[in-house]
Amino acid sequence: MVGLVDVISLGLFAAALRMATPIVYAALGGIFSERVGIINIGLEGTMLTSAFAGVTASYYTGNPWLGVVVAVLVGGLIGLLHAVLTVKFVGNQIVSGTGINIFAMGFTAYMSQIIWGSRGASEGVRGLGTWTLPVIADLPVVGPIIGSHSPLVYLMLVVTVLSYVVLFRTPLGLRIRAVGEHPTAAETAGIDVLRVKYLCVILSGMLAGLGGAFLSLGHLNLFTRGMTGGRGFISMAAMIFGKWMPFGAFGASLLFGLADALQMRLQSLGLLPPQIILTIPYLLTVAVLAGVVGKARPPSDYKPYKRE
Amino acid sequence: MAPAVEMRGITKTFPGVTANDDIDFTVEKGEIHGLLGENGAGKTVLMSVLYGLYRPDAGETYIDGERAEIESPAAAMSLGIGMVHQHFMLVPSLTVAENVVLGREPAKNGLIDEGEMLERVRASCTKYRLDVDVEAPIHTLSVGVQQKVEILKALHRGADILILDEPTAVLTPQEAEDLFRAVRSLRDQGKTVIFISHKLREVLSICDRITVLKRGKVVGTVAASETDMGELAEMMVGRRVVYSFEKAEVAPGEAVLSVEGLEALDDRGVPTLRGVDLEVRGSEILGLAGVEGNGQTELVEALMGLREAKAGRVSLCSTDITRASSYERIRAGVSHIPEDRHKRGFIPDFTVTENLILGSHREARFTRRGFVIDYEAAASHSQALVEDYSIATPGVGTHAGNLSGGNQQKVIVAREFDRDPRLVIAAQPTRGLDVGATEYVRKKLLEMRDGGSAVLLVSADLDEIWALSDRIAVIYEGRIVAVREPAETDETELGLLMTGGRRG
Repeated sequence: MVGLVDVISLGLFAAALRMATPIVYAALGGIFSERVGIINIGLEGTMLTSAFAGVTASYYTGNPWLGVVVAVLVGGLIGLLHAVLTVKFVGNQIVSGTGINIFAMGFTAYMSQIIWGSRGASEGVRGLGTWTLPVIADLPVVGPIIGSHSPLVYLMLVVTVLSYVVLFRTPLGLRIRAVGEHPTAAETAGIDVLRVKYLCVILSGMLAGLGGAFLSLGHLNLFTRGMTGGRGFISMAAMIFGKWMPFGAFGASLLFGLADALQMRLQSLGLLPPQIILTIPYLLTVAVLAGVVGKARPPSDYKPYKRE
Repeated sequence: MAPAVEMRGITKTFPGVTANDDIDFTVEKGEIHGLLGENGAGKTVLMSVLYGLYRPDAGETYIDGERAEIESPAAAMSLGIGMVHQHFMLVPSLTVAENVVLGREPAKNGLIDEGEMLERVRASCTKYRLDVDVEAPIHTLSVGVQQKVEILKALHRGADILILDEPTAVLTPQEAEDLFRAVRSLRDQGKTVIFISHKLREVLSICDRITVLKRGKVVGTVAASETDMGELAEMMVGRRVVYSFEKAEVAPGEAVLSVEGLEALDDRGVPTLRGVDLEVRGSEILGLAGVEGNGQTELVEALMGLREAKAGRVSLCSTDITRASSYERIRAGVSHIPEDRHKRGFIPDFTVTENLILGSHREARFTRRGFVIDYEAAASHSQALVEDYSIATPGVGTHAGNLSGGNQQKVIVAREFDRDPRLVIAAQPTRGLDVGATEYVRKKLLEMRDGGSAVLLVSADLDEIWALSDRIAVIYEGRIVAVREPAETDETELGLLMTGGRRG
């Protein structure tokens, strides 16, 4: 049982924060979208496409930061597509999102085949590397946990705080919440409902894009087929568990990140068959949603909005 | 002085309907002007034209004597026109202040300037004498207070002309009184108020002048001091309306519904029914009077099996139904006209036929081999009901949600009364209905009584209780505090009983 004790270490929590990062990004994206009344089930596909786009850009330019920018832009573009389909043409949000997910699987595998001659994985590219925070890295306990990470982990912390400030402290945030909860009230108050919806759904895609960039440039430094592994869906669970609040989603994502980190370590111990251990994060998702759904009150009724 | 609003020759047609037909409408500055008409007479459409929600097909609008092209609510607001809609335009999770400033938030360094926001909104509260807690989230407020917030919102945005669309439809009598005080105070401050309503009594009591619309046309404009309910009703409906009913003398029968010591909790788990004892006999209408929130809603739900009885006994013709399901109660002969017809009365996306067979849909006459619904039988059944109850609908295949409020209620009444019930539980059966539909529903309730049914009438409208009841029970804080014959009591005594001022 010495092995189990070894699993619980500061390194585990550092890994949890790392594994939580893409989930937090996508969950924040989900929050912005759902706060204006659009379900974005396409987060998974958006992340995957952005992960691919980021690696491709880094592969051709050798600049991983350019890869991040491209990943965010591609995410925003997919967000725009979702917005056009669901806001402008009042299409079904689930159908549009599922379409994005299916497209992403096929498109990235196909392009990977063309560029690298393999559907399974890209060649390795230059990643973002890690930053080591001066002073903080040397602190006891805190240091090993947050002292040394990919820059996108630190950016995630900043984006979480920013999301909170935007949503709950700015005029725009007030309008976003009003649009999702009572679009007609927002419209009669002189707010351009459709514009706010577009903005937030595009932003949602960009945030998921950051999550994708982290997976392929901040974590692995290559693209592998289906590398998101359901994190887009897990992020929706984190969003719901966190009651559509940025800090709530952050906390929930940490929980899923911990499950993921635990799962990796348990695998290396070989106590249980890896197939069973691999299911831990997903089982946790199901358990959390079963416990929460029904009690959690969404910020919108997600009905399409049409002007009179 | 130029009038505040002058609309000339306004015509607005929708596919198949002329909602406004060459309407001339003038409102003087600083008056409360009533716009009276039955549902569908074109009141709301006319005001939507004024507020920029609709563009008229023909006609001109002048504000303070100036020709105005009002293309959007924003344009209306900049002309000083504010509208309080029937369905509130408030975001439930935001606070009063946030709702009031929404769209024009005071900001500093990109963030909302909370202090400035509260100060400005509080200043408006004081100025217009509207007393609300500006930091309270909307969803914690009663409808009456929410309505004040709507008025505050419009005034804060600079409205001089305030349109109130059926403002009392959702209010209790006490809240309505409160609203009237606020509106009068606004008039005294020089604001112009247009008051849309189909309730004669309140229009008479609050308005200076009244314009009556019927089927998209102006019938006339009269000063409130020079008219009465009878004249207005005749203008509105086009015929004389019966306000007091000829009630046949019928001897009450055996007890149909007996309630003993009934206790139940409300949605928050607070004991709300605290030992209700009640008896309704055949061939009698028992009116349940009370200030809203004293357990009426919970009582009706407990009687219908929609709310669990914590203690006590409910019997129907001496059969214990305390634990019976709603379906079993319906089968046992209980009919229910629910308080919230949109939530419990009918399904808007279902057709008239489907709504008319709800609850009876498992009966052999509406099924084939007890398995699939026999739509032909259902349609001919509902066709007959539509004729019997004169429900105005394009056809039995129309979605019930597309009917007017009065006709939706008639669908419910037709379905419930056609079952030949032993007990009718009618909760606020005429709320939100126009004069014609109200009269119709009341007549039907009396017919049920004359036919031998027991009727429990729950109503916030004392006039209604008064006009229909054979006996009046008063509910206060979850108990029946008194039962009276109409002849042996008066409004003062009932008022005291309803507010706990006297024990029966």
